Amino acid sequence: MHIDRRELLKLVGLGGVVLGSGLPGFSLAASKGKVAEDFFFLQLSDTHWGFSGPPNPEADKTLKQVVQAVNASKAKPDFIVFTGDLTHTTDDDALRRKRMTEFKTIVADLKAPKVYFLPGEHDASLDKGQAYQENFGALHQSFQHKGVHFIAIDNVSDPAGAVGDTQIDWIKSELGKLDKDAPIVVLTHRPLFDLYPQWDWATADGAKVIQVLEPYRHLTVFYGHIHQENHRMTGHIAHHSAKSLMFPLPAPGSVPKRQPVAWDPEHPARGLGYRGVDVAAKDPTLKLEEFDVKGGRV
Amino acid sequence: MRGVLLGVVLGLALELAGRGLAAEAPPPRVIKMTAKKFEYSPAEVHIKKGEHVVLELSSLDRKHGFKLPELGIRADVPPGGTARVEVTAEKAGRFPFACDVFCGDGHEDMTGTLIVDP
Repeated sequence: MHIDRRELLKLVGLGGVVLGSGLPGFSLAASKGKVAEDFFFLQLSDTHWGFSGPPNPEADKTLKQVVQAVNASKAKPDFIVFTGDLTHTTDDDALRRKRMTEFKTIVADLKAPKVYFLPGEHDASLDKGQAYQENFGALHQSFQHKGVHFIAIDNVSDPAGAVGDTQIDWIKSELGKLDKDAPIVVLTHRPLFDLYPQWDWATADGAKVIQVLEPYRHLTVFYGHIHQENHRMTGHIAHHSAKSLMFPLPAPGSVPKRQPVAWDPEHPARGLGYRGVDVAAKDPTLKLEEFDVKGGRV
Repeated sequence: MRGVLLGVVLGLALELAGRGLAAEAPPPRVIKMTAKKFEYSPAEVHIKKGEHVVLELSSLDRKHGFKLPELGIRADVPPGGTARVEVTAEKAGRFPFACDVFCGDGHEDMTGTLIVDP
């Protein structure tokens, strides 16, 4: 089942600003009372620090602009999560580390109590996550926030884009501690389902992972990798991809090659942006808001 | 005894005939392909509908992948080695393939198309 943004807005009856829903699969909870209090977090993705080229003539400015926009916003997030491809890949190990250091320096200015990072294949595939771990810590992790359980999955440090049986066992063990009605958010870089494997928009063993997630009734996935919004259901699980902060990519299969969408000087940074996620405790739902690089609502 | 002997002779004759038939089946056409950062050569491969071919892929530099999702095909293409992929396309059309082992800045461009002619 594929739901595009317009259809989703129509379904939930909201006008142009807030993507939100109490629809099955879009809701974190029927688990009333399990989310301790309202909170708000941001998802930033695919910053590709170190990239340069015509798809973004402002490549060295966009991330800094977003940091300013986030800091200037009245709505203060509880935390920020970066869902991978923090840096643009390079064969040069020293340059990879330099890009990671520069990225960390820029995002250190973010005014948020906590910032979480996930790796993307550009960060971690060529050296199996070595430089990433030196700079950002574990490749996969879990954490809790106000009653919501977050599980961050690594599907990139294996260059074949697999999660692997060892990590799948870890996911099982993390989920095994939780009630089937617990509110759960899964974070990852690649889509866990076969979004468009012709462009490598998939996880090699994603079906196994989804099978493990399936019994949990209030579970939502946020990911990156495809540089655009996409909202898809697998069974009752909703999967939401985020925009990039470097260059947008075309809709899956819409053109022969997955080349970046050309920069439009009339509309600089069009197609780039980040996401806010509101988690409401009282009537537990999950609402998505999309922002452009200047922090304006899209 | 005579009946048993006749049976053995008949069996042998049938087996030999069977071998003869098997030997007449044409071997699949082998299409040699190379993979290197960040391209396949050839990037377009033509076969005929219903034709049975073997794609013989070798890597000129590092490990790559070969994924052709619409026909359920994937293989690793190791450096210094060869991957043999058997393909029988039952319908005409264009079927994209791509490297699915991340290989660097340009990995996303490493794609090609299997074109099955009617």
